[in-house]
Amino acid sequence: MSAVLTELWPYFLMVIVGYLPNEAWRAFGLILARGLNEDSEIVVWSRAVATAILAGVIAKLVLFPTGALAAIPLLLRVVASVIGFVVFLAVRRSVSAGVLAAEAALLIGAFLLVP
Amino acid sequence: MSAPIAFSSSSAAFFAGAKTALTSVFMLVLAGTYIGIGALTHDFGLSSWWLAISTVLVWAAPAQVILITTVTAGAALFEIALAVTLSGVRLFPMVVALMPVLRGPTTRLRDLLLPTHFTAVSMWVESLRLLPAIENQWRIPFCNGLSAGYMATATAFGFVGFYLAAGLPPLLAGGLLFLTPMSFLMSTARNARMMVDKLGLVFGLVIGPLLTHLDVSLDLMWTGLIGGTLAYLVHRVREAAT
Repeated sequence: MSAVLTELWPYFLMVIVGYLPNEAWRAFGLILARGLNEDSEIVVWSRAVATAILAGVIAKLVLFPTGALAAIPLLLRVVASVIGFVVFLAVRRSVSAGVLAAEAALLIGAFLLVP
Repeated sequence: MSAPIAFSSSSAAFFAGAKTALTSVFMLVLAGTYIGIGALTHDFGLSSWWLAISTVLVWAAPAQVILITTVTAGAALFEIALAVTLSGVRLFPMVVALMPVLRGPTTRLRDLLLPTHFTAVSMWVESLRLLPAIENQWRIPFCNGLSAGYMATATAFGFVGFYLAAGLPPLLAGGLLFLTPMSFLMSTARNARMMVDKLGLVFGLVIGPLLTHLDVSLDLMWTGLIGGTLAYLVHRVREAAT
């Protein structure tokens, strides 16, 4: 019984703390779609908060990684991110070009530096 | 202006949407993002089916990354729910902006339920770009096809990333884990058109790790509230000055 529970627990969490809080915003948007426009102040503020959270997640994944990425030195992870972002800006804000450049920088650097 | 695009049936519109999804640039971005998330899922000891179901149910890469990195790390349920709730805020204005484009004179509320669930960055950007050129009655099936194409892509590449991470040498597995933050960084930067969004991104990048380093609890929530509100205040001050 407890083994089954242990196995189902992550699925239960997915629904309760993942699916429901996320879906609530969509349902809320559907209900209130008539009232608000994209430029209203509360929408601008909530978008800024959402962007900052996402940025926090990004920075944590690069600076405090787990598993295999942690084996690659911190400085190399940061330098590769900066190279990727500069290429992204240079190639007409192309997401694919930026991601490819960051990956190339990280893997070449790791291949040369990590024993 | 040219005549609006029409289809012979709802299923023709659906398949045209799905085909558009599989040939668009977002397909590559989604593939990269979900290969990364698949690797992350493997790294945190969750199953590949857990990821597939979360892709279909949650359908928001940031929320999924928060879930994956907190669920097994034993974070407080309240904190996970709060972080997911805050990360999902951006879905609200997206749905609000999309519904007027989808809704026609005869549209019923239940026809809008599926597009509402499908709303996410990739489908939203492409829907707003493509739907206005399509005849009103075919927009919902086209949008559903487009979204289903993206969701299938994401689900499939989640499995790819999961099993690649299981079998790859550590160096390349590290490269896969690097895909998620990089594709998030670039696509968020690309979506940030207004100054307030750019500031939110920069403040979040600085404040997030700072709070983690200081071991502040609920660090993601505070990153959002402090960084986002600072960005908003700067935006207000600049508006007042002009």
